[in-house]
Amino acid sequence: MSATQDASAQIPVTVLTGYLGAGKTTLLNRILTENHGQRYAVIVNEFGEVGIDNDLLVESDEEIFEMNNGCICCTVRGDLIRTVQNLMKRKNAFDAIIVETTGIADPAPVAQTFFMDDDVRAAARLDAVVAVVDARHVLQRLEDTEEAEDQVAFADVILINKTDLVSSEELANVEARIQSINPYAVLHRSERCGVEIAKVLDRGAFDLDRILSLDPHFLAHGHHSDECGPNCDHDHHSDECGSNCDHDHQHHHGHDHAHGRHHHGDTHSVKSISLKAGDLNPDMFFPWINQVTQVQGPNILRMKGILAFKDDPQRYVIQGVHMIVEGDHQRDWKESEPRESRLVFIGRDLNWDVLRDSFAACAAQ
Amino acid sequence: MPTVAPVEIDGFVVRAGFLKDCAYFASGEGEILLSGQGETRLRPHKAGLLAAVPSIDGSALVTSGDDGCIYQFGSDGTPVLVAERARKWIDLIATGPSGAVAFASGRTAWVHLADGREKEFALERAVGGLAFAPKGMRLAVSRYDGATMWWAGTDGDPVELSWKGAHLGISFSPDGKYLVTAMQENALHGWRLSDAQDMRMTGYPAKVKSFSWSAKGKYLATSGANAAILWPFSGKTGPMGQTPLQLGTRNETLVSAVACHPEEDVVAVGYQDGMIMMIRFADKAEVQLRRPGKGPISTMDWDKEGKRLAFGTEEAEAGLISLQD
Repeated sequence: MSATQDASAQIPVTVLTGYLGAGKTTLLNRILTENHGQRYAVIVNEFGEVGIDNDLLVESDEEIFEMNNGCICCTVRGDLIRTVQNLMKRKNAFDAIIVETTGIADPAPVAQTFFMDDDVRAAARLDAVVAVVDARHVLQRLEDTEEAEDQVAFADVILINKTDLVSSEELANVEARIQSINPYAVLHRSERCGVEIAKVLDRGAFDLDRILSLDPHFLAHGHHSDECGPNCDHDHHSDECGSNCDHDHQHHHGHDHAHGRHHHGDTHSVKSISLKAGDLNPDMFFPWINQVTQVQGPNILRMKGILAFKDDPQRYVIQGVHMIVEGDHQRDWKESEPRESRLVFIGRDLNWDVLRDSFAACAAQ
Repeated sequence: MPTVAPVEIDGFVVRAGFLKDCAYFASGEGEILLSGQGETRLRPHKAGLLAAVPSIDGSALVTSGDDGCIYQFGSDGTPVLVAERARKWIDLIATGPSGAVAFASGRTAWVHLADGREKEFALERAVGGLAFAPKGMRLAVSRYDGATMWWAGTDGDPVELSWKGAHLGISFSPDGKYLVTAMQENALHGWRLSDAQDMRMTGYPAKVKSFSWSAKGKYLATSGANAAILWPFSGKTGPMGQTPLQLGTRNETLVSAVACHPEEDVVAVGYQDGMIMMIRFADKAEVQLRRPGKGPISTMDWDKEGKRLAFGTEEAEAGLISLQD
């Protein structure tokens, strides 16, 4: 666990994701044509019809590098590393970077690049993953594809677009489904991506200092920890590890590469788990979180938390992608705030009961 | 006493060095300063400059930019367009014998010969780095899981060298016996070309971004640690089983650039905080050439006689260090 870098020296990066046809390019065009006074460097997969005069436009090809240990979840995007390095040679030419991913891309290697590559980490910080979803088709996409589910799971901000094409009842269903996958993403509704740019850019959602201020619902989502909504079937969490689940990935490096993808067709495989406790014992918690991320890393899409450690006046903020965990002290607990530790996991095949019990065991005595 | 003459430059210094007696400084913002008999400032590229490499004989500089253009010019400063790949960012160049220039974009590498002919090499994954062998028209391309070598003048089959992982910067030893790559991971990899024997060179806390062969190719100096790491390449087995020299060790500060002296067993070591030291291999004697500045040393090179050192940093600082007045 390392300290965060000096944020002021790092260029903010917004990752724009969303399934084919959801409206990413429309949003990108809006961002680039709006009079916001910011200069963007835009990394796209192919030069499309985006007409940009004042912004730097770079083509990239989503080249994934696996780390040498062969671990499928320790991947970074090589093209992104190179592009960011090249952009740093002109760092006075722009204020922020937008990375547009292809509609079917896995957002994990993008997010991980900003944690795992030292050069990128020093130069840039992930501001937020923004997912655009098509209100009319997203439920079907979530049934069909793991990628659409991953995009929702990874997102900090979700733009539910094309709301004019669905009824209010359908829209409510879409929102409920999205929230069941990712309870802490901030949702916005839009037609033709008509959203205030400030709601999408410069969110600081990956910024440890700002996780809470931007996720006002984060603490309020208490019901996820011990109660469930109408669509939730808790038995799933433990029963899912049945005959077809090979939970023997204790060997976190060099495991079966097919593992993360063997649930194709399992339409409800991503779930979120929210854990709650009071003061924690850091000597128990850190070994635990390290162990959880080592063993369950391939299944953990995102993890975020705000923690109270015994005898520590400061809040500790933690977040992770797969096996990468990052944490730091944030600020003093206010007197008005209850000293409460909360941790959210979004992942596939996570064993809810084991996580809850082992987290509870980290409570300070 | 060494003296430092600062040079005004407007951005991240991508490359500094000499075209014969004329010092050059190429900035990421696109400015190229030639400082010889008087000063010339050029901006051949429409926007930014991504790479600059001197020709093998040191008579010309080849530059590439995010306009997809590759220019070449001598110390008189007249740019000649060598090649163009519209809308591609060309950030890798290598210069070869007889005026050959190699460059790459995505999964394709090209060799442009002095007579205008071009040869294209397609790879399955993106090109990580380019280097010409010291003898013959032979191009080495680093890539994911290894490197590939082609004879650029013939249609023969390539030689594939395999080692798992992403290989980036690449360099032949001056005698042509070894090929070394810097990896995405904090390591170097090498191959002895006579038998494709692998050589792992690990232990770096950071990526190796700068390497430089010492006079006569006895050592390969590298950045990426809190000292310059120099791997011995004399003898039949290269660095295998040998401990590298560690020169200019500082506790907290990483080495960001290295440049071996052209004649003596001495290396210039540039650090992340902008300091530059000159260190002799034999007794590790150190001379400070520049005090810390605003940012990491991004580039350094000696003139042919080894009397002057041109340097640049990531924060628009540059200068000429003279060892004697």
